[in-house]
Amino acid sequence: MTDTNAQIQETVDNNDVVLFMKGTASMPQCGFSSRVAGVLNYMGVKFADVNVLADDAIRQGIKDFSDWPTIPQLYVKGEFVGGCDIITEMTLSGELDTLFDENGVAYDKDAAAKIREANG
Amino acid sequence: MPMSAPEIESLLREAFPTADITVQGDDGVHMAASIVAEEFAGKNRVAQQRMVYAALKGKMDGPSGELHALALTTKAKE
Repeated sequence: MTDTNAQIQETVDNNDVVLFMKGTASMPQCGFSSRVAGVLNYMGVKFADVNVLADDAIRQGIKDFSDWPTIPQLYVKGEFVGGCDIITEMTLSGELDTLFDENGVAYDKDAAAKIREANG
Repeated sequence: MPMSAPEIESLLREAFPTADITVQGDDGVHMAASIVAEEFAGKNRVAQQRMVYAALKGKMDGPSGELHALALTTKAKE
């Protein structure tokens, strides 16, 4: 296993929620990354943000790791959940809430409901 | 070298011959595609979208990534 792969594996194993993104949670540098980071921030989810723009090895390595060609990529308890489209759909359908509930990830249920109302 | 909607559609049509495919977008870099295909039956969204990315044969966001962003909506054809 390459050290990049090992580094990624370690990150997703040691953090309940990890978002590989362009930019950082407070300073996203791409619309798609910003949307997912925004949802997580709004729902009060604690997550580790990994800025793939800061490390080309990670930027390419994460795509091989998950067999997924785009950024952002969300991981919950070491499992790849999806990119921006999937997380948006899951937020609006409530599946993201269920996923967090099943994995004991704390989040603000009212905030999640507000997102759905706003996008009703 | 951005990709046109017809180019994307033909790649998708190759992989999903009987699917309902619509591709939108005009700048060739930020595009959107919706695919309703029977090949998606029984698969979750991640698996469905992996099939779409495979159909695009590496055109997505790689070092030579012509297509920077492709908003995807996938659904299994009942």
